[in-house]
Amino acid sequence: MNATKKATLRAALKAALPVMVGYLFLGFGFGVLLREAGYGVLWAAVMSLVIYAGSGQYVGVGLLATGAGFLSALLTTVAVNARHIFYSISMLKTYQKAGKEKPYLIFALTDETYSLLCSGETPPGTDPRLFRLLVSLFNHSFWILGGMLGNFTGAVLPFDLSGFDFSMTALFVAAFASQWKHSRDHLPALTGIGCSLLCLLIFGAEHFLIPAMLLITAALLAVQKLRDRKGGAAHED
Amino acid sequence: MRTELHSALLIVVMVIGTAGMRFLPFLLFKDEASTPRWIRRLSEALPQAIIGMLVIYCLRTLKLTAAPFGAPALIACAATAALQFWRDNSILSIVGGTALYMILTHFVF
Repeated sequence: MNATKKATLRAALKAALPVMVGYLFLGFGFGVLLREAGYGVLWAAVMSLVIYAGSGQYVGVGLLATGAGFLSALLTTVAVNARHIFYSISMLKTYQKAGKEKPYLIFALTDETYSLLCSGETPPGTDPRLFRLLVSLFNHSFWILGGMLGNFTGAVLPFDLSGFDFSMTALFVAAFASQWKHSRDHLPALTGIGCSLLCLLIFGAEHFLIPAMLLITAALLAVQKLRDRKGGAAHED
Repeated sequence: MRTELHSALLIVVMVIGTAGMRFLPFLLFKDEASTPRWIRRLSEALPQAIIGMLVIYCLRTLKLTAAPFGAPALIACAATAALQFWRDNSILSIVGGTALYMILTHFVF
């Protein structure tokens, strides 16, 4: 293994570690739920391998347990995962030149993996392609591992971990703060927060995400138009 | 109806519903030439906006109208952001923020 590969491996581990630990526990929770619904460890492993979506799989347990119809299962899954369209749009450029691993990178674009890779930047002295692949693989493997462990032991953990799930909130807050620190244009960040808060107030916690996505898109496009009119487009391209 | 076959097919449906969302934009816009300019520019501004949206998404069930008014989560979020600004080390920010949240919820509020 050459020096760049070693540096990339180390950087990817360091970047992915919070998500890996988080996924181990979140996956564990999924595994326990699935077992309670009467599905064994093989089901947990396959679901985490081929679906690979946090909230999607938690909802999926309910769909399986009630023997839902295919159409309602599809609509539910699409509604829960619609936000991923948004992530993919913003990764179009970054992943455009990805090699044969591109389909896997797209498949593995969870909220948390997205938050690690969305800046488009990779640590200095690393191989960007390998870095993105490794971060995706590490997160995915720990999600699968967590699901299998939770399903296998099928019991709550022997210590009180309530509050630990805050780590994923902290992950996004840290990503937000980091982007804020390293960028000069804060309007996109403020747009995201403002539009989401507004939609949360209007539509409520269960239904605000899709309106928020639409409002954010409209607001960002409007900002672009306004800046173009002011002649600010030249230095943006 | 709950058979192993039905469950397996349900999983296939969930894969389509999940991966479908992730692949859709890449199927619509195969390369840079076929991607409209406004989509390309949108994609540059989106990451910061989306992370902001995800922060709100995580806090969506916070109850601000009754004690403790979401204080543990809000204090821990502020601490996480402050740590990130100060040290620029994600692991430190996440571990510190989560530890503070657990201390606040278990012992303080």
